[in-house]
Amino acid sequence: MGEPGTKELLSLEELEAAGSFRSGRKHIVSILVENKPGVLTRVTGLFARRGFNINTLAVGPTDDDTVSRITITLDGAVHSIDQVTKQLHKLINVLKIRDLEPEDTLARELALFKISADSGTRAEVMQICEIFRAHIVDVSKRAIVAEVTGTQEKVDAFERLVRPFGLVEMARTGEIAIARGRTET
Amino acid sequence: MRAVDALMECLKAEGVDVVFGYPGGANIPTYDAFYDAGIRHILVRHEAGGGHAAEGYAKATGKVGVALGTSGPGATNLVTPICDAMMDSVPVVFITGQVRTDLLGTDGFQEADTIGITMPIVKHSIMIRHPLELPRAIHEAFHIARSGRPGPVVVDIPTDLSRADIPYEPITDLHLPGYQPTTDGNQKQIRLAAKALANSKRPVLYVGGGCVAASEELFELAISDRLPVASTLMGLGAFPASHPLSLGMLGMHGMRQANYAMDEADLIVAIGARFDDRVTGKLSEFAPRAKFVHIDIDPAEISKNIPAHIPIVGDTRNILPRLTAEYRAAGADPQRLEEWWHRIDGWKERYPLTYEDSTDNEIKPQFMIEALYEATGGEAIICSDVGQHQMWAAQRYPFEKPRRWINSGGLGTMGFGLPAAMGAKVGRPDDQVVALVGDGSFQMNVQEMGTCAQEKIDVKVFIMNNGYLGMVRQWQELFWEKRYSHVDMGDYPDFVKLADAYGWTGLRFTDKTTLVDDMKAALATDGPVLVDVRVTAEENVYPMIPAGEAARDMVG
Repeated sequence: MGEPGTKELLSLEELEAAGSFRSGRKHIVSILVENKPGVLTRVTGLFARRGFNINTLAVGPTDDDTVSRITITLDGAVHSIDQVTKQLHKLINVLKIRDLEPEDTLARELALFKISADSGTRAEVMQICEIFRAHIVDVSKRAIVAEVTGTQEKVDAFERLVRPFGLVEMARTGEIAIARGRTET
Repeated sequence: MRAVDALMECLKAEGVDVVFGYPGGANIPTYDAFYDAGIRHILVRHEAGGGHAAEGYAKATGKVGVALGTSGPGATNLVTPICDAMMDSVPVVFITGQVRTDLLGTDGFQEADTIGITMPIVKHSIMIRHPLELPRAIHEAFHIARSGRPGPVVVDIPTDLSRADIPYEPITDLHLPGYQPTTDGNQKQIRLAAKALANSKRPVLYVGGGCVAASEELFELAISDRLPVASTLMGLGAFPASHPLSLGMLGMHGMRQANYAMDEADLIVAIGARFDDRVTGKLSEFAPRAKFVHIDIDPAEISKNIPAHIPIVGDTRNILPRLTAEYRAAGADPQRLEEWWHRIDGWKERYPLTYEDSTDNEIKPQFMIEALYEATGGEAIICSDVGQHQMWAAQRYPFEKPRRWINSGGLGTMGFGLPAAMGAKVGRPDDQVVALVGDGSFQMNVQEMGTCAQEKIDVKVFIMNNGYLGMVRQWQELFWEKRYSHVDMGDYPDFVKLADAYGWTGLRFTDKTTLVDDMKAALATDGPVLVDVRVTAEENVYPMIPAGEAARDMVG
């Protein structure tokens, strides 16, 4: 990359090669925080500042009502996410952070799909729902609404299969996760 | 009592003897409490001046500085000092007024989302949502600001809550489950580091701002053998500059021996330093032969820029004595450093700091720094602004003791010098305090001359006046074909007349032959003095590692 501060012209290719674009393995980060106003902003702001793009975000209570759990999935990054977890630790209201290993983790999300379905296609759509153990929660003349739970990958697969029928809209919660076994997440 | 009176009690309990601030609509209740609280309040002329003054106070004394501002513009004017304190790890508590709670979020008069605006640049911030929270928040703010890696904490107080009547009881316990900084270094790691040091043939101690509070401990380690010490801009004074083991400052405008030693070292022990780009130059070619021991209280600094082979997290004051003891116990052979010192001394001899002096009476900026050193006997607290004068001072004014060099390193804030000197003088009234400023940067917070006059704060300001924004001009000269775009400040204002207008003594020096004596006379003058020292207009700071290059490619 060209030298910063000098007049050398920078090409866009050089900028890209310098690491503006990221790919890599998916991360699920579970963060326990004090249940106080503004904490979510501090956490998400930190990810943005350190150059990480949040893919999904889920926040909710834990068994302790003074503590909330934030579950964040990241598309992944070339750089190690150590730096962002260390910076997160420095936030006063953050209690615990875990970068969960996919194989030791149970991750689930909930999704609602509104799928075009008339008398001609309804049976086929319902068959797909059955395979995915999706619940039909609403049926009308021209559409059905299905509720799916599962890993991000399962929900993605369901989406691919029903899309050809006409996907009117979709809402997903983002994954929540918990570690396998006896140890606390 | 009123919440604001409880605030005063909390400040007193924290040992606060002075605050720097500016009143406004939303913090009138706080100011009413100051009226008879018995805490010295210094009315600044701009909140930024107050913020930097609190930083100067903190850097000079090691205590927590306090700055106040009202809501909206008062708070936004504090943003630069807050960020500056974050970058340089300065313990300052900023207390801002906020609009009353029923106006929050309505774009009320002088409303700004202070907590939101400052979120990325604070160690922590607290919005008061109930008056009963206030005392605890203030104590938490001081505790967080001063402990661990120090930094700025903002407390935002809505005006209606500050008037509330609350029962006040002193707070004695703090509950911060998410904040437990590691101060004790791991013994196993310390032993490993001592062994690595004992086996090293070309070691360098690379010391930063985190050593300023551990200078005695650092000294013991360095002299336990003949360990060379290279200092960052922020670490100057942590180790005596005149000591034979000192290599001086390293980095972009550092000494050749310091940069070359880093380049050829086989072991670098970073102590309270963070491998900033102004130190490393081109990261991939930084210290290519070295293994790294990294001692820092902030785990996030470890392996951020350079992977550490032996990380040690903790307080330098705790770790260095134990490292020294382990090193002594390791029984290293002092002879092994013979060759290394031969090489370092060779550089020292071959590359002394020189410059071409004028052949007439013109004052070269480098000469001005040397004259200032002579006139102050090296005993002054030097508060620098940002630019060429800052680099020349860092190179050429040897600091023998910590907390005598106060400057804005990480953020590089122009306008820092005068208010910081003001704060330093208030914190250490018995010391000679000098603000060394450029004609450009001085004008960014020149209004604080009024504060010094009114509060009788006896600072001596020396302007290195070259009529240019010199550092940018230097880069334009070296890298942009001398296209001097908007760096000429002209001959404005007349600083002697300005001094007169503010009730200061104003002087102008143009002759190098009398400069030292003139400076001595200025320093001996009662009250604040502004000295306009006219120096060569186009002079460059050398040596220099051009941006993005490696240490061995230094020029000049």
